[in-house]
Amino acid sequence: MTTSLPPTTAAIRAPITSIDAAASPWKVVLRVASTVWSNGKARIGLVMLAVFILLAIFAPLIAPYGARETGFERSADGSAAHWLGTTAAGEDVLSQLLYGAQISIFVGLVAGLLSTVIAVLIGLSWGYVRGFGADVINFVVNLFLVIPGLPLMIVIAAYLSGGGIGMIIVVVVITGWAWGARVLRSQTQSLRSRDFVTAAVFSGERPFRIVFREILPNMTSLIVGNFFGAATAAILAEAGLEFLGLGDSTVVSWGTMLFWAQNSNALLTGQWALLFAPGLCIALLATSLTLINFGVDGISNPRLREGTKK
Amino acid sequence: MTSTTAAPRGADGLAPARPGPTDAPHAPSPLATSLGFVARKLGLFALTLWAAVTVNFLLPRLMPGTPADAALAKLAQNGPVSEATKAAIEAQLGVPTGNIFEQYLAYLHQVITLDFGISYTFYPQSVGELVSAALPYTLVLVGLVTVVAFILGTLLGVLAAWKRGTWLDSVPTLVGSFMSAFPYFWTALLLLFFAGHVLRLFPTSGAYGPTAEPNLSFEFLGDALYHGVLPALTILITSLGGWILGMRNTMISTLGDDYVTFAEANGLKPRTIALRYAARNAILPNLTSFGLALGGVVGGSILVEQVFGYPGIGYLLFNAVTNQDYPLMQALFLMITVSVLIANFLVDILYGVLDPRTRR
Repeated sequence: MTTSLPPTTAAIRAPITSIDAAASPWKVVLRVASTVWSNGKARIGLVMLAVFILLAIFAPLIAPYGARETGFERSADGSAAHWLGTTAAGEDVLSQLLYGAQISIFVGLVAGLLSTVIAVLIGLSWGYVRGFGADVINFVVNLFLVIPGLPLMIVIAAYLSGGGIGMIIVVVVITGWAWGARVLRSQTQSLRSRDFVTAAVFSGERPFRIVFREILPNMTSLIVGNFFGAATAAILAEAGLEFLGLGDSTVVSWGTMLFWAQNSNALLTGQWALLFAPGLCIALLATSLTLINFGVDGISNPRLREGTKK
Repeated sequence: MTSTTAAPRGADGLAPARPGPTDAPHAPSPLATSLGFVARKLGLFALTLWAAVTVNFLLPRLMPGTPADAALAKLAQNGPVSEATKAAIEAQLGVPTGNIFEQYLAYLHQVITLDFGISYTFYPQSVGELVSAALPYTLVLVGLVTVVAFILGTLLGVLAAWKRGTWLDSVPTLVGSFMSAFPYFWTALLLLFFAGHVLRLFPTSGAYGPTAEPNLSFEFLGDALYHGVLPALTILITSLGGWILGMRNTMISTLGDDYVTFAEANGLKPRTIALRYAARNAILPNLTSFGLALGGVVGGSILVEQVFGYPGIGYLLFNAVTNQDYPLMQALFLMITVSVLIANFLVDILYGVLDPRTRR
C-alpha cells in the first residue's frame, strides 16, 4: 500500500480529464496511488494506516500475552511486565490493544467496502435514470440521510441483540450507504450529459454497460474517497455500538475495552492508560483514513491539491 | 436500472437544452414563488414525516422474532425458561394482535394522540411523561452547542481558506480533522476523567445537583449550566472539525471563481472579498450539510449523555435499549427522527430565504 512511490511526480500533475479511455486499469490505479502519495497529509495517513494494519496482522507475534489471558494483578498501573497496566479482570491492556486493532480494521474495511458497493450501484443507476424511478430513489435516499444514523443503529442492534461483529457490519452498512449514493448520483448526472455518453448511447450500448463501463471509470477518485469516508464512519460507529454494550462484549476490540473500562470504574481507580489508549487508537486510525482522503480529494479537484496555489 | 427504451434514450441524448420552469416566459410574483416554495417544502416534509413514522412501525416487524422472543432469548442464555415465565413475558411485552393493517392503524392512532403506553423500565410512568421530562435537556444541549460549533467552525474555515498555506490554515485543518476523528464517548470519558475526577472542576454526572428541583429559578439554571459544561464541551470539540473542513473546502472553490478575481481586479479590500464575496457564497452549501450533520450530533449526544449520566433523550434511549423497553425505545427513536426532520425543514426554509435561486 505504501510501496507505490512514483519514479516521477511530474506526470501526475496532468488534469484528470485528459486520460485517454484506453488507459489500462493498472495504470489508473498506479496514477491514483501516486497522486495520493504526492500529498503530504495523505502520505502521513498512508504510513499510519500501514502501521496499524501491520500491528493487527502480527498481533499474535508482537503481543506479550494473549488477548483474553487473565490471572495477572487486577487494575494495575503500567509496569515493566504490563506497559499499559492491566484491566479490572486482570488482562494485559497492551495485548488487548494490539488484538483490538484486528476488529476495527476488519469492520472498517468490510463495512466500508459494502457501503461503497451499494452506494455505487444505487448512486450510478439513480443518476442515469430519469422520471418517476429517480424521484422514488431520491425520496428513499433522502429519508436514509435524514434519519439519524446512530439512533437507528442502536434500535436495530437492540432488536438483533447478541449478533456480534456480523450484526454490527450489517447495521453500519444499512445506515451508511446513502451519503455516498447521493454524491455519486450528482456526479453521474453531470457526466451523463457529456459527449462520450451520448456517443455510447448512439452506438447502441445497453444502459447497464454505459453506466458501469463508460461512466464509472470517470469517478474512480470519488469512489475511493467514498470508501475511506465510509470506513472511517464504520470504525467510529462500531466502537460506539460496542461501547454501549450492543455488540458481543466478549470480543476484544477497542470499543469493548472502553465498555469494560467504564463498567469496571476505571475512572475511579485512575487507570488513565486503559481509558486513553483504545480511544486514541480509534482516533488515530480514523484520522489516517481522513488524511488519505485529503490526497484523494486532490485527484478529483485539482484546486485542493497541495502545492497548487490558486 | 429501469431500462429506457431506444426512442426516449435517443431523445434524451439529443436534448441538451433543458426545458424547465426556469425558462418559463412569464415570471410569477416574488410572493407567489415564496409561497409555492414553502408549500412544496411543507408537502415534502409531511411525506418524509409519514415515511419516518412508517419506518418506525416496520422496523420491529422486519426484525426476526418479536420483542418477547428477544427477551426470552436473553433469559435463555442464563438457563432454561419455564412455560410460566414465557407466558408472563409474552403477556407483558404483548404479542401483536390483528393483521398488519389493523396494527398500523392502531399505531398511527398512538402517534397522533402521542400515547405510547407505559414504560416497562420506569413503571408506572408513561412513555410520554418520560420523554417530555428528558427532551428539554437534549434540545438545549444539542441545539446550543450545534449553533456555536457551526458559527465558530465556519469562521475558522473562512480564515483557513483565506490564509491558505499559512499556519492559520494548516493548524485548524490538521487539528480539526484529528478532533473530528475522536469518538464522542472517548472525548467524553477523557474530559470526565481529567476535569471531573482528577481536577474536580466540574460535576461528574447528572444535569443538576442531587438536592436541586427542576424549575426556572436562576439558582437552578446556574446549576444546570454548570452541569452542562462538560457534555457541551465534548460535543463542541468533536463536531467543530467537520464545520472547519467543510467551510474551508467550499470556500477554496469559491475563491477560484471569476467573480472573486473580478472583485480583486477592482481593487476591493481583501477582507471585503473574503467575507462579502467568497464566504457569503461558500456558506450556502455548508448550510445544507447543517441539517444532515445534526443527525450525527444527535447520535453523538447519545454517547455523551450515557457517559455523563445526563438525563436527556440519549440517556433514556440507552436505558430503554439495555432494559429492552420496546415501547420507550420506539417512542424515543420516533422523537429523535422527528426532531431532526423538523430542524432540516427549518434549514431548508432558511436556505430558500438566503438563496433566491432555490425558491423557483
